[in-house]
This record gives sequence, C-alpha cells and structure tokens, in this order.
Amino acid sequence: MNFGFTDEQEFLRSEVRKLLDEKAPLDDVRRVSEAESGPGYDTDLWKEIAELGWTGLVIPEAHGGAGLGWVDLVVVLEETGRSLFPAPLVATTLAADAIVRTGSETQRARFLPGLADGSVIGTVALAEEEDTPGEAGIQLSAQRSGEGVVLSGEKLFVQNAAAADIFVVAFRREGELALAVVEKAQDGVSAEDWPGIDLTKRLGRLRLENVEVAAEAILEGGDSAAVGMLFDVGATAIAAEAIGAAEAALALTTAYAKERIQFGRAIGTFQGVKHPLAEMYVDVESFKSLTYYAAWCIDEGHADRSLAASRAKAYASEAIPRIGIDTVQLHGGIGYTWEYDAHLFLKRAKWVRPFFGDADHHYERVAALGGL
Amino acid sequence: MDFDFTPEEEAFRAEVQAFIQAHIPKSGTAEEIQAWQKAVREKRWVGFSWPEEVGGGGGGIAQQVILKDEMAKARAPALGSCFMGLAWVGPALTEYGTDEQKQTFIPDILDGKVQWCTGYSEPDSGSDLASLKCKCVRDGDTYIVNGQKIWTSIAMWSQWIILLVRTSGDGSKHDGITCLLVPMDSEGITVRPIKNMSGGAVFAEVFFDDVRVPVENRLGEEGQGWKVTVSALAHERSSIAEVQGLQRSLAELKDLARSCKKNGRSAAEDPGIRGRIARADARIEAMRLNGMRYLTAQLRGEKLGSETSVNKLHRAELEVEIGELALEIQGSRGPLAKGADEVPADGKWQRMALSWPEVVIGGGTPNIQRNIIAERILGLPKDL
Ligand SMILES: Cc1cc2nc3c(=O)[nH]c(=O)nc-3n(C[C@H](O)[C@H](O)[C@H](O)COP(=O)(O)OP(=O)(O)OC[C@H]3O[C@@H](n4cnc5c(N)ncnc54)[C@H](O)[C@@H]3O)c2cc1C
Ligand SMILES: Cc1cc2nc3c(=O)[nH]c(=O)nc-3n(C[C@H](O)[C@H](O)[C@H](O)COP(=O)(O)OP(=O)(O)OC[C@H]3O[C@@H](n4cnc5c(N)ncnc54)[C@H](O)[C@@H]3O)c2cc1C
Repeated sequence: MNFGFTDEQEFLRSEVRKLLDEKAPLDDVRRVSEAESGPGYDTDLWKEIAELGWTGLVIPEAHGGAGLGWVDLVVVLEETGRSLFPAPLVATTLAADAIVRTGSETQRARFLPGLADGSVIGTVALAEEEDTPGEAGIQLSAQRSGEGVVLSGEKLFVQNAAAADIFVVAFRREGELALAVVEKAQDGVSAEDWPGIDLTKRLGRLRLENVEVAAEAILEGGDSAAVGMLFDVGATAIAAEAIGAAEAALALTTAYAKERIQFGRAIGTFQGVKHPLAEMYVDVESFKSLTYYAAWCIDEGHADRSLAASRAKAYASEAIPRIGIDTVQLHGGIGYTWEYDAHLFLKRAKWVRPFFGDADHHYERVAALGGL
Repeated sequence: MDFDFTPEEEAFRAEVQAFIQAHIPKSGTAEEIQAWQKAVREKRWVGFSWPEEVGGGGGGIAQQVILKDEMAKARAPALGSCFMGLAWVGPALTEYGTDEQKQTFIPDILDGKVQWCTGYSEPDSGSDLASLKCKCVRDGDTYIVNGQKIWTSIAMWSQWIILLVRTSGDGSKHDGITCLLVPMDSEGITVRPIKNMSGGAVFAEVFFDDVRVPVENRLGEEGQGWKVTVSALAHERSSIAEVQGLQRSLAELKDLARSCKKNGRSAAEDPGIRGRIARADARIEAMRLNGMRYLTAQLRGEKLGSETSVNKLHRAELEVEIGELALEIQGSRGPLAKGADEVPADGKWQRMALSWPEVVIGGGTPNIQRNIIAERILGLPKDL
C-alpha cells in the first residue's frame, strides 16, 4: 500500500513547477491568452516543453515518448493547472492516448512521433449538438466509401480546434462506434475557436464536409470501449488540472486573508472568511484523492476505472464553481477587477465544470455503476 | 503509487479473516461475546498498536488498518470492551504514565475488566475546553476536587474517570490544567444520567464534592494535563473502520431506495435521490482515499497533524445526510418510529436520523474542525 508519489514523480513535479514559475507566470499567461490574434499559447514555450518530454509523457518510448503513465501525467497537469498554463497539452495528450491505446502498430508509428515531439498538435473531437457526454452523445454517422468512410457533420466543444493539426474523431459506422484520425490539411476539414470565458482554454468547432477517411486512418481498436475509455481519461485529466487551479486559488485567497486588514485585524481572523477557506481545503484534498485513484486505475487497467473517474469529476465539478466564487468574493472589490488575478480562477472553474461531463452527469453515472 | 498491500500484509489479512471465521459470535449470546473477547485478547489484538512491553500487540500501522478493516467488514464485535480506556487512557498512560500506573491500569483495560469514562467537558467549557474550571487544590498527598463535568459518556457504568481539573489559574489557560485518574466510587462523586434526544441515556453529569484523589493518581506533571490530553487525542490513527460503517450504511440506503416508492415509482429511479446517494458515495470514497494518503504519509515517517479534521468534517456531513436521505426516501413513513406498523427496518433509520450528534458534536463540532484546518493547516490567524 503506497498512496503517494515516487521520488522521480516528485522530481518531475519540481522541474515542471520551476519551468512554469520562470516562463509562465500569470502576467505572461494573461499576455498570451488575451492576445487578439494568435493561437492562444506561446509556441516557443510549446517547443521547449515538448523537448522536455511533457507532450509525449504517455507515449511509448519506441514512438518518441517518455513511456510514463497517468499518475505521472497527473503530476504535470496539477502543475499546469496551478499556472493556468495556456497550451494544447491536454488536447494533444488525449489524442495521443487514444492512438496509443487503439492504433495499429503502423498507425502508432505514423502519428505518435509528431505528437511526442510537439511538431503536431492533436485534439479529440467527441461532443455534438446534443452535448451529451459519453458514448451515447456520438451520433455522427459515416458513409461507407471503399475500405474507408466519408464523414460529414460537426463536432463541437473541441479543445484547441483552431490550433490542432490532427483530430481523433468519434463517429458511428453502421451504428457501431469508431475512431479515426482526421487531418486538418484534408479536403473538407475546417476548424475554428470560439470566444470563451476562460481565455486560457480554447474551445471550438470542427466541420467535416464530405471528408474522405481512408481505412488506414480508422483506428484499429476504436470501438465503444475505447470511446468510453477516452471519456474516463478526459474526465480525469480535467480533474487533475482542476486540483492545481483550485490549490492556487486557495493559496492566493489565503495569502490575501492574512494581509488584508479590516476592522483593525486581518480578515483571516473572521470565521466568515476562514471557514470557506477551510471548506475549499477539504474539497480540494478530497477530489485530489479521488483523481489520484482514478489515474492509478487507468494505469492498472483496474475494474474501478469508470466509477473512479466519475467520482473524481463529479466531486471536482461540484466543488470548483464554489471555489471560484469564494476566491473572488473573499477578495472583496479587488477580486472583481481585471487587473487582479482572482477572476482567472473563477473563469477556469467555469471551464472545468461542464467539460467531459458535469456533476449531475457523473453522479448519475456513479449511481448507475454503483448498482442503483 | 500502489494500492495493493505487500504479501506479508496480505498474509496478515488472511490470518485475521481465518480468526474471524473461527471465533466470531454467531448467535450473540453473552458467553459467545466473552469467548470472542478472550480470544481476541490472547491474540494481542486488543491494543494492537500499543508497545509490547505494556501488553499491547506492537503492531504496525498498515496491519492495524487491515485488522480494523476486516473486523468492520465482518461486523465483528469491538476489539476489547473498554472503549474509552482503549481510545484515550491507554495511549496517554503509555506516553505519560509511571511504571506503576502502567502496571496498575493497562492490563485491566486490555482485559476489559474496567470501564473508563472521560471527564473533559463542563457546562461552560465545551469547544473552549481549556477554559475548564473544575477546581483542584493540593492537600499533602491528596488532591481535593470540587466542580462539575457534563456530557460524560457512560459515566454511570464506569469504574474510573480520566479527569481534567484546574490546579492553577495563573499563566495561559492551557497551563494550569492537570490530569487525574479517579475511581468513580470515590466519596463525593454523584452521577446524574442525561436523556438524549433519541431517548437513550448514554451520557451524564458528574458532580465532585470534596473528592479526595491520591497524588500518585496524577497522570503526567501538575499543570501538564493539556499536553497529556492533546497527545492522547492524536492517537487515533486511522479512520478506515468508520468508512466501512458508512459504506455499509450506503449499501443499505440503496436497498431502502429500491424498496420504497416516491411519486409513484421506485425511489431508486428518482433522479434527485440518485444524485444525492451518488454524492454521498463519492464523499465516502474520498474519505477512504484521504485515509490512505494519510496512512502512506505515516508509513513514510511523517507525523499526522490536523488533516484528520478533513475526514471528521466529511463524516459529520455524511451522518446527517444519510439519515436525512433515508427518512426522505420513506416519505410519510419517515416520521414514524420503532414499533409503528408501517415503519421500515424496525425504525433503524429513524434511530440513525436522531443519533448523528454523537459523531457531529462529540469530539469537536464542525466549526471547530474548520477552525483547526484554517489555523493549523492554512496558517490563518487565530480566532479570538
Ligand atoms: C461593482 C462594485 C461597485 C462599487 N461601487 C462603489 C461606489 O460607487 N462607491 C463606493 O464608495 N464603493 C463602491 N464599491 C466598494 C464596495 O463598497 C466595497 O468593495 C465593499 O464594501 C467591500 O470592501 P472591500 O472591497 O474593501 O473588501 P474587504 O472589506 O477587504 O473584504 C474582503 C473580504 O473579507 C470579508 N470581510 C471583511 N470584513 C469582515 C468581517 N468583519 N467578517 C467577515 N468577513 C469580513 C468580506 O466579506 C470580503 O469577502 C463598489 C464595489 C463593487 C464591487
Ligand atoms: C454524544 C456525545 C458524547 C460526549 N461524550 C463526552 C465525554 O465522554 N466526555 C466529555 O468530556 N465530553 C463529551 N462530550 C462533549 C463534547 O465534547 C462537547 O459537546 C463538544 O466539545 C461541544 O461543546 P458544547 O456542547 O459545550 O458546545 P459549545 O462549545 O457551547 O458549542 C455550541 C455551538 O457553538 C459553536 N462554537 C463554539 N465555539 C465556536 C467557535 N470558536 N467558532 C465557531 N463556532 C463555535 C459550536 O460549533 C456549536 O455548534 C460528548 C458530546 C456528545 C454530543
């Protein structure tokens, strides 16, 4: 029994932390993410983190990655979450993870090295008009075309849609779920990002107009189970970033409560301030434990995986809006200003809450998987 | 990260399971329970984590968790029969007792020959325990105690009380407190049971009128009673067994939801009920995993601090929420009580809905836990 990180993982954490503190302080995060034009992230920094292996963390070494697991990834995502680091890291990692798990050896050799070395930006395209998380939400239906298929339709809420070079697209072929890699450069493919509340997180639309998908691009193992897995790892990744963001919000607000004097003393002496901070701590600690366990289940192929992922995302989705709101509120007027950082965490909370399933969705799944 | 136990630990688990199989009381008669207590004691599983030289089992943290876990799963009777003695008195004696005190008191606690109760709270000192006033003056070789304690659990069935008294009013309020070990049949002690809201009487008021206590019954130094208490309270090392209890309540709650109707359909199909049960499920699992993380930290030699308040808060919320959910699922049957024709499960859920104060208030209220987290973990300035 060992529910803790190894020395290597702690080292990884401190290296990631050091780089982000140095190269992605919140001032830079704002500058990059607020820029009217541009991809919403620092492309030079992206190259640097790719060289350090962050983009290929869960990609096998044979395909240019670091060959690590989800527990290691959680370490990195906690830190990127803490920094509100704007980059297509979650998107690219989810695309890579899907290809690692479901691609043939040829498909892995074709797509993974570029994702690992950061030269290719990947993302997953799952959700559609109905906005139903999970396998049931995938209705895009493919027409047969020789050995391959033709796809026409839209995918919504695609992370880093505009920046992505390749999309792992979920669709139905004769009713059965399937996954394929669609490239931005293909005829009939277009993508755009929408304006969002959280400027550090880009979401958008993928349009597919009679896009020819060759048999070689249809992921060999991309069945219903694989799509289900993608939702579990997606929910876990979002929860992992939420841990870091929530801890940063708590630290910012705690520090403020210690120094802000009203009524002749630090506002942190008032229980009206102190208790919400204590509750934040209770919640973050708790969805942290749930998320670590979900990551471990993913690595171990454990039967608890879906239940663990849903518990983690349900708890995180429920807690995170409260944490965002209290962060701003406990800062008083200054929390409402653009200049001060508190609102950045509130905005991240708005992004985390629905993505890969909100609390209602995941609690319902916990109920169903728990035999109710 | 690894959630599996080592082969040695798994071997210990198998040993525990086999023992339970062989010895667990089947029909629950007094003789059977006594035989169980004796067998457990012979195994040295009472006081399992206490040092061997005081008669404990010398067990490790991981094994202790396994032991509690398996006992809870099998719904086995408690390990040992003197709860307060095992929870506070033994650990405090182990750390602060003289050799003579250890020899006098610890074996009887382990054998379940005596019952101890805890005399901390007073009418004006609850959350603010250090403000306690129960007066104690020294007269040669004895202390003379005057004052009152309240909410003393099982005082009416106890032979001994571990008592906090004030020996000095000087200095900080934590300084003048002394810890005494007092026989309940001492002259001048009066016990008056208090009936609680669920109708039982498990705690009492205890009055002290010129009660004489030999100085040798002092635990620790004079004025060091606060230290003795704080360290004793910190001895409760894992909350695994509590999680097992909650997991069991959750499973029974699901059964209840399946068997009750709400708005013309099974309550188990009601989305609101489903969501709330799942929410409780996620919190129970979070408690289990939080406990595992704290356990890992302890195994790595880190000292466990105020983190345990996190799970105490969860538990407080869950005890109330599960009780409320159960009655809500029962609809108009919810307010019925044991003995009513229509009450489900012979009123078990009604008892739960009225017994939560034991865990919510006993041992420190939720607000106090929040203060502890805010001040000791987050480092916010102290409450005034
Ligand atoms: C949109 C907006 C418009 C405004 N317009 C005006 C205006 O036109 N004119 C004007 O003069 N002002 C205006 N204000 C200022 C407003 O009145 C103050 O922001 C407000 O009174 C809070 O003061 P503060 O920002 O200094 O926060 P603080 O007083 O520093 O409070 C910080 C946090 O500590 C908490 N806190 C403080 N004291 C206690 C306590 N004793 N117990 C428990 N918790 C405590 C607060 O609730 C808050 O959560 C405006 C503010 C906003 C946001
Ligand atoms: C079933 C049960 C068994 C018990 N057994 C024992 C026993 O065996 N021995 C023993 O010594 N005691 C025992 N107690 C007493 C228990 O420890 C106290 O009841 C508890 O510490 C609360 O103290 P109080 O009842 O005086 O409430 P108070 O301290 O008066 O609190 C009343 C309310 O005010 C709140 N409050 C108080 N101070 C603050 C603060 N600073 N900030 C915010 N809120 C605050 C509390 O949270 C609570 O909600 C038992 C209690 C119960 C319910």
